[in-house]
Amino acid sequence: MIVLEQVSKKYDAGHLAVCEVSLRVPAGQLLVLLGGSGCGKTTTLKMINRLVEPTSGRIEVDGRDVRSVDPVQLRRGIGYVLQGSALFPHMTVAENIAVVPRLLNWPAERIEKRVDELLRLVHLPPDEYRGRMPQQLSGGQQQRVGFARALAAGPKVMLLDEPFGALDPVTRDELRNEFLQIRRQLGLTAVMVTHDMTEALLSADLIAVMNAGRLLRLGTPRELLTRPGDDFVAALMSSPKRQADQVEALVAEQGNGEPL
Amino acid sequence: MSEQLVECLRDLPNYLGWHMLLSVSALAVGLAFSVPLGIAVSRRPKLAELTQGVAGVIQTVPSLALLVLMVPLLGGRTGFWPAFVALILYSILPILANTVIGLRGVDPVLIEAGQGLGMNDRELLRKVQLPLAAPVIIGGVRTATVLVVGTATLVTPVGGTSLGNYIFGGLETSDYVATVFGCVLAAVLAIVMDQLVRLFELAAKNRNRRLAWIGAAGLLVILAAGLYGPISGLVSPPPEYVAGAPFTEQHIRTEVMKEKLRSAGFAVEQRKGMGEGVQFLALRGNQIDCCINYTGNIWAVLMKEKESAERQVLYEKVSRFLRERYGVICLGKLGFQNAYALAMNSKRAEELLGSDRRQWTVSRLAEQTRRRSVSVSGDLQFFRRLEWRQLRDRYALRFREKKEADPTLMYGAVRDGEVDVIVAYTSDGRIERYGLVLLEDDLRVLPSYDAILLVSGKAAAKPGFIDALKPLVRDGGAINDATMQEANRQVDVEGKSPRRVGLELLQAIEARHKESGGR
Repeated sequence: MIVLEQVSKKYDAGHLAVCEVSLRVPAGQLLVLLGGSGCGKTTTLKMINRLVEPTSGRIEVDGRDVRSVDPVQLRRGIGYVLQGSALFPHMTVAENIAVVPRLLNWPAERIEKRVDELLRLVHLPPDEYRGRMPQQLSGGQQQRVGFARALAAGPKVMLLDEPFGALDPVTRDELRNEFLQIRRQLGLTAVMVTHDMTEALLSADLIAVMNAGRLLRLGTPRELLTRPGDDFVAALMSSPKRQADQVEALVAEQGNGEPL
Repeated sequence: MSEQLVECLRDLPNYLGWHMLLSVSALAVGLAFSVPLGIAVSRRPKLAELTQGVAGVIQTVPSLALLVLMVPLLGGRTGFWPAFVALILYSILPILANTVIGLRGVDPVLIEAGQGLGMNDRELLRKVQLPLAAPVIIGGVRTATVLVVGTATLVTPVGGTSLGNYIFGGLETSDYVATVFGCVLAAVLAIVMDQLVRLFELAAKNRNRRLAWIGAAGLLVILAAGLYGPISGLVSPPPEYVAGAPFTEQHIRTEVMKEKLRSAGFAVEQRKGMGEGVQFLALRGNQIDCCINYTGNIWAVLMKEKESAERQVLYEKVSRFLRERYGVICLGKLGFQNAYALAMNSKRAEELLGSDRRQWTVSRLAEQTRRRSVSVSGDLQFFRRLEWRQLRDRYALRFREKKEADPTLMYGAVRDGEVDVIVAYTSDGRIERYGLVLLEDDLRVLPSYDAILLVSGKAAAKPGFIDALKPLVRDGGAINDATMQEANRQVDVEGKSPRRVGLELLQAIEARHKESGGR
């Protein structure tokens, strides 16, 4: 379980990036932080693993105040996936996945076994991909390795910062479905940042809508769709529907123009 | 094979060895210092700016000046240590700058990824930042390598030994074979070391450990080979050091001293091409054992005496001064002078001063300089010396143009009429050869410059040391001005090696003694 209580982040310049955000992610659920650029969603995410230190408020992961834990130890227990995978270009696929197990001083055979296991989990045949360099992989393959790297030490909690942001739409759908399946299979508690409404609706157990550093609305996708309770949220929620309608209209128009 | 090349090869293990040792060790220390410093400052932009600024300032100091400055900064030490420290300083900037640039250039997303995965600062540095910055850092090391190997050729004037000894020695004795030999070897060494360092770059790029091992092994071999000099020094008892200042006569006379000491059973090592100032510092500090200097030199430079004195009085005062002030023993006169004198080619002298040779004096020249445009050329130090100021003020010399030039070039220039007057050395063989005339110092402003043999306090206490050199100064020295001039001419004009001419000179000295002893 992840709990945020009255969390704020104020930068030195006086800019209030996050303002008194409180939310709760029950164990095994996926919360999506949704909002436009600069709304504070990424800052909120990074405060959970202390890449950013909150100015005030309290954050708990699995019942422990994160401030009571050494940040390095804390992060080793939390999977972290970045946009565009951020694989280390000077390491092979296997070495990238083995980063955290190595930091934890696992024995070599255990690391090797774990790497193969994870490569199979993300549908990359180990024999083929183990020794490749990141530059030799497609964007989608790189992000699969990024997931495997985040999962290496078997974390119970995962943080994802726009993990599908840099991918083409087909790969994105495919990878998202696989990720959701893996997440359910492993029972992970996760927080994911996105600005893509459709993605949020299709992935989340809970959606937290943010704007200008504040949490506007927190609820299940269904709740937010049916009772947005706020004009901004309403506009946001209706956008996938609106887009779908436009696409439909386009199909109908072309159907009329072209003889079958 | 030419005589000069044989001479060159004889010195090769020693010169090349020291050059390699100096370069590799200075680079190693420079690297061990600069990379951690670069890491430390890379996270603090202001500090990085400051350190790079300081390193940049060091870099702008001309390398030769930096080397020479190290001598007083290290308390008058000469030889390996000032050279070593100066080269370390020289290697810092490229490595430091590239370390900072390399670390700053690492994609911040990758740093965040490392932190997000739970790396602490040290792990992040070791596993992410340094490997990614490595190509840039190694690029800096390559720049430093070429710079250090090249600059190591300049350590000769501070008494260091390197391939520069060929270059300096060759320039000073017009032995271009030696100069080219030294340049080529230094260039080859620079290329070899650069390529060895490049192997690390390739190793990082291709993830090939073997290449890195080959590079490391190569550099270690160079370092080990470089230990030849110091180890041979350890195996044999510490040698006696004979130093020669950077001009022909000194090279010849050094050979004579070496030969005398060798035949008396001393192991002799020569420090070639030290600047005169450094040479005297080294003598005072007992780092060299004997050298030749000139009375007028000590008189004007060290004693700062303005008025000249009668030749014998001057000699005695200088001798006493050296002993009392520095504990340096003046063993005696070698017989010849190497004075400063104004020289002209005779055609120009006739035009300016008239056909009466008795009128060819500095006073008459001074009159002309006040009326007509007359140019003068002197060596790099003369116009800063007390003697020049005395000469100028007492005669009221008003030269239109004053050129500083390398002595090697100055004689040709006055012969060819490119300059009217030069400040010549009276023992130089080219005066006679080029048909130059010396103007009479009719007001007796310049002191006399008797060549004297100086021995350090420590060496004077070595049994047999003074006895071995004594014959060279017996009866006020056996070599007169004309003989020395002729010997210099044989080296400068005929291209004979200083060693050969020195040995012939020694035979002449011994023959003279036999003659006078027999009488």
